[in-house]
Amino acid sequence: MSVNFSTAFKDPDLSRSLVERLHRELDRPLRFMEVCGTHTVAIFQSGMRPLLPAGVKHLSGPGCPVCVTHESEVAAYLQLAEKPGVIIATFGDLMRVPGPGGANLKLAQAQGARVEIVYSAHDALKLAADNPGDTVVFLGIGFETTAPTVAATVLMAREQGLKNFCVLSFHKLVPPALRALLADPDCAVDAFLLPGHVSTILGVEPYRFVADEFHTPGIIAGFDPVDILQALLIMVEQRKSGQFAIVNSYRRAVDDAGNPRAREILDTVFQPADALWRGIGCIPGSGLVFRPEFAQFDAMPRLGLTLPEAKPIAGCKCGDVLKGKMQPSDCPLFAKACTPAKPVGPCMVSTEGSCAAYFKYHVEA
Amino acid sequence: MAGDTLLLDYGSGGKAAHRLIGELFLKHFDNPVLRTLDDAARLELTGPLAMSTDSYVVDPLFFPGGDIGTLAVHGTVNDVAMLGARPRYLSCGFILEEGLDMEVLERIVASMGNAAREAGVCIVTGDTKVVPRGMADKVFINTTGIGEIIVNPSPSGHSARPGDAVIVSGTMGDHGLTILSHREGLNFSADVRSDSAALNGLTERLLLEVGDIHVLRDPTRGGLATTLNEIAGQSGAVLRIAERDIPVRDAVREGCSFLGLDPLYLANEGKLICILPQEKAEAALAVLRQSPLGADAARIGTVLAPDGAGPGRAGQVILETPMGGHRLLSMLEGEQLPRIC
Repeated sequence: MSVNFSTAFKDPDLSRSLVERLHRELDRPLRFMEVCGTHTVAIFQSGMRPLLPAGVKHLSGPGCPVCVTHESEVAAYLQLAEKPGVIIATFGDLMRVPGPGGANLKLAQAQGARVEIVYSAHDALKLAADNPGDTVVFLGIGFETTAPTVAATVLMAREQGLKNFCVLSFHKLVPPALRALLADPDCAVDAFLLPGHVSTILGVEPYRFVADEFHTPGIIAGFDPVDILQALLIMVEQRKSGQFAIVNSYRRAVDDAGNPRAREILDTVFQPADALWRGIGCIPGSGLVFRPEFAQFDAMPRLGLTLPEAKPIAGCKCGDVLKGKMQPSDCPLFAKACTPAKPVGPCMVSTEGSCAAYFKYHVEA
Repeated sequence: MAGDTLLLDYGSGGKAAHRLIGELFLKHFDNPVLRTLDDAARLELTGPLAMSTDSYVVDPLFFPGGDIGTLAVHGTVNDVAMLGARPRYLSCGFILEEGLDMEVLERIVASMGNAAREAGVCIVTGDTKVVPRGMADKVFINTTGIGEIIVNPSPSGHSARPGDAVIVSGTMGDHGLTILSHREGLNFSADVRSDSAALNGLTERLLLEVGDIHVLRDPTRGGLATTLNEIAGQSGAVLRIAERDIPVRDAVREGCSFLGLDPLYLANEGKLICILPQEKAEAALAVLRQSPLGADAARIGTVLAPDGAGPGRAGQVILETPMGGHRLLSMLEGEQLPRIC
């Protein structure tokens, strides 16, 4: 029998029976956190939240790369807007992220900066080839899912001898962030729904410490209702049995070994370094910087950029939301001063941000 | 005119402009009112009138299921029809980019002529401007439509009442996905094509044969979700919509999932939303389904009072999901969509 992957994991009857099982089997509260913007949206879109047992609490973690980009990093890439002969190539989501004094890329563009929205790092490379007189800077914002494609693009640029292309690497790594969350004594997370896309690259191994050191279930899951509900049931089972493990519950997409070739390309170009996360601060080894032999592609020294001290946005609680300490609606700015049309914090800017998803989908009981 | 290139002269009002009118516009739009070529059109109309204007800047100009010309006629005809009117006349303004291939212009004008004839409206006045290369993107069209309102009261977004049924005339998202996928250079299956169509035949039958139509709207830009929110807001009601009852073609669903789009936010150019008393719902569905334009018509939800038992406040649209949960179906907000109409 063949399985239709586009519908089988959305099956309403199966989803309902999994919800019923969850009601039967839940014997203690479960605060689960996803760390992937696609999961955030998928959970809201499915409408499952009002159906879950009262003891199950969904926390939306630091899983949206736009949302975790630090204020200082935003200030750094906004410095590019004032550099003559620079074309900024960026994913569209960054356009409205607020920087110091309310500046953002969209505003900079209106004031004359050259900003191009691209769909991949490779598009930025083409932009560089088409504009030989200018320097194209690709804003490298993303997790392990997109970082290998950026590394591959850098290798291509070197091969093609393209000298007017560079990358501002603010890439972030998921496992160090999980460790930082778990190490926080206030950590309120009972289990992690691990990101399906990031895991296609990482596989299972890099998450082991979640179960082994912190006795917390970590389930790699897909994005359909059946995937997510099944992962919740595994979390419940593990907490009952006290046997904690990382489970790959998304085998149709994720190999236990991940994608070694992609990791190899990543390692060729980048190496881990400490990085700033919005609302969390510095997390050791959680970022990616260029290896010395690729220094010519590093936009930071090449264009004389700095990471200025940047004050957090007054009143914005994105940091507490990202750490699962607060629901978006508990923030005093939520849906008042801060809306998707006029976002104050980054969690409201990105379509996959937890505040934006809450605003867009959540129905007050 | 094949092989010719549009020059700035054509917009000068001189001989070149006259040639454009004679050989192109009169040829394809021909009707007695236009033929007089006076400064203004003389119209014969009675009763209260409906009037609507819209500008069309779609890119690409031609796409499966239609082109900028069909959209310029259908879009404005439909807007007039949604007020419970019989569309009669259209005006038509062109802003053309210097260097445009005349064959392209003729294809568009011919298709506007056909669309107007099929919809039973006359294009009675027009204007053409040619702007230097780079000052416009090939062809921009503005049409204004005028029609006679045939029912009293006429349908309005303010008139949805608790208990009313919410009906759509067919599948959602076809036009928007067609345009977006073509722009991205992706061609899905032959099933994905624009639904560009004049709906005045359908609306007239609904108004006269079924009657008591509270709301008629065409969910164009912003899609079904946005139009439903407008209606909920105008009427101060809650709309409860069942996701599984919303007709969406498989090819559109799959294309959307591939491109990360939601068909409920994609534009439609040949579909309507009809809200009317529950007991008339079956009659309305029967009328719609008799036409190829309404073959996939479906009841998708109900209008509720804001203080009722279910979730949702006045002005909100609540989507019941297939697994039996619910969520907000909110307005399109902050997303960047390229030009689609």
